[in-house]
Amino acid sequence: MIRFDNVTKTYDQQSHPALDAVSLDVDRGEFVFLVGASGSGKSTFIRLVLKEDRVSRGAVYVAGQNVANIPSWRVPRLRRGIGVVFQDFRLLPNKTVFSNVAFAMQVIGRSRAVIRETVPDVLATVGLEGKNNRMPHELSGGEQQRVAIARAIVNRPGILLADEPTGNLDPTTSMGIMKVLDRINQNGTTVVMATHDDDIVNTMRKRVVELRSGSVVRDDAQGIYVGEAGAMAG
Amino acid sequence: MRLAFILSEIGSGIRRNLSMVTSVILVTFISLTFVGAAGLFQLQIGQMKGYWYDRVQVTIYLCVDNSSETSCAAGPVTEDQRAAIQARLESEQFAPYVDTVTYESQEEALGHFRDQFANSPIVDSVTADQLPESFRVSLVDAEKYEVINEAFSSEPGVEAVSDQRDFLEAIFRYMNWASVVALVIAGIMTFCAILLIATTIRLSAFSRRRETGIMRLVGASKAVIQLPFILEGVIAAVIGAVLASATLWGASRFLIDGWLVKTFPQTAFISSQQVLILVPALVLLGAVLAGLSSLLTLRRYVKV
Repeated sequence: MIRFDNVTKTYDQQSHPALDAVSLDVDRGEFVFLVGASGSGKSTFIRLVLKEDRVSRGAVYVAGQNVANIPSWRVPRLRRGIGVVFQDFRLLPNKTVFSNVAFAMQVIGRSRAVIRETVPDVLATVGLEGKNNRMPHELSGGEQQRVAIARAIVNRPGILLADEPTGNLDPTTSMGIMKVLDRINQNGTTVVMATHDDDIVNTMRKRVVELRSGSVVRDDAQGIYVGEAGAMAG
Repeated sequence: MRLAFILSEIGSGIRRNLSMVTSVILVTFISLTFVGAAGLFQLQIGQMKGYWYDRVQVTIYLCVDNSSETSCAAGPVTEDQRAAIQARLESEQFAPYVDTVTYESQEEALGHFRDQFANSPIVDSVTADQLPESFRVSLVDAEKYEVINEAFSSEPGVEAVSDQRDFLEAIFRYMNWASVVALVIAGIMTFCAILLIATTIRLSAFSRRRETGIMRLVGASKAVIQLPFILEGVIAAVIGAVLASATLWGASRFLIDGWLVKTFPQTAFISSQQVLILVPALVLLGAVLAGLSSLLTLRRYVKV
């Protein structure tokens, strides 16, 4: 589903590359943790999949297509096939829960009838039944992230990218979010989650790809992750 | 659905940015009013040219007694000279240029003079023999005045050849100046309008960067993301253009229909109906201006 073929990304000539000759295959329906300290290249990985940045060398394939060959007017179509969730939720503060999710459908021209039918279903999937008319500030952090996840999957993308989705949440709430992501993965969506939360990685027992200074240093099928602090202690 | 969405985005954009949108409306209003004023001057010049050039006559004044002109040193025009001039005017040679020739005797000239200066005391002191007799020549093509001038100004018995166009041309020169001034002001104001629209779009893009960021992520097309901004500018500029049109129309009704036509009944003025010709041009100009400047701004400030 996502293939990185010897990808190098350099933001400017002097500094160390953000990604250094990374090769990686993520199959359809997989759940992959992308782990590593801040600055290890996790966010760059996500930006390259979305074609927000161009690779310096190598090639990124999404659903079999080299993203470098996608003309700019077709990039929106690429992004419709990918849902994204961030650490800071990025909800629209002046819209209700329902409207925030519906927004993602409105902007790609879905009809009102389809929106009215789909949004409640998706909100149920993420565990937000009955909160349609709440405003974001009335929700807890975990609930806000569920709204963001609902928005990311409402157009049924094949891929869900999550950039530190639990970074702002306490451990219990984080586990709730992980359950939601796992359920989405069970339904066939490929999930790539960047994180440095070792508890979550170790509990989920999924594939773990560890990046350090832009290089893949480990790729375990059912891996664990010992974060920075743990590594120093050990 | 998408249309309704875009419209609601425009609405919220305008509400958030009301003061800037208002200033865009006002600046385009002023700039397009000057553009329109320049256009009106040109229309008026065209109208007057069309009207007067058909009516201007070349007048060939004949020598009178005691004329101060050197061409009349030989004394007043003789019968033979007059007949020769008339024959030449009506000859084959000048047939392509000359439409009609009318002779005006000294008595007739005095009659016209009295009509023209009826309220002036000098009327009583003027006698027929002080006024020149003349041939009034109307031309087929008023632009060919020089042909007559060259052929007859050195003819014996001719005091001077005069063309009313000299006087009209002076008027047209002033009107042309006025329209140039209006265009210069219009140019400066239009430049202000472009900068202001660019700034407005930039502010608008900044205040909605959250929305546009999300739109990008969920795969909204470039049109859906950018159209609300472009239309925001275009709507403001079109409102400005409509205000400018209304102002020009009002001014022309008040000034031309209400005052100039009554004060100068012999002059052909443009009607306020003709002002309406300018409306689509002004609206189009406003829309294109706003569209282009917002398009250029968006290329820099709203990534797609």
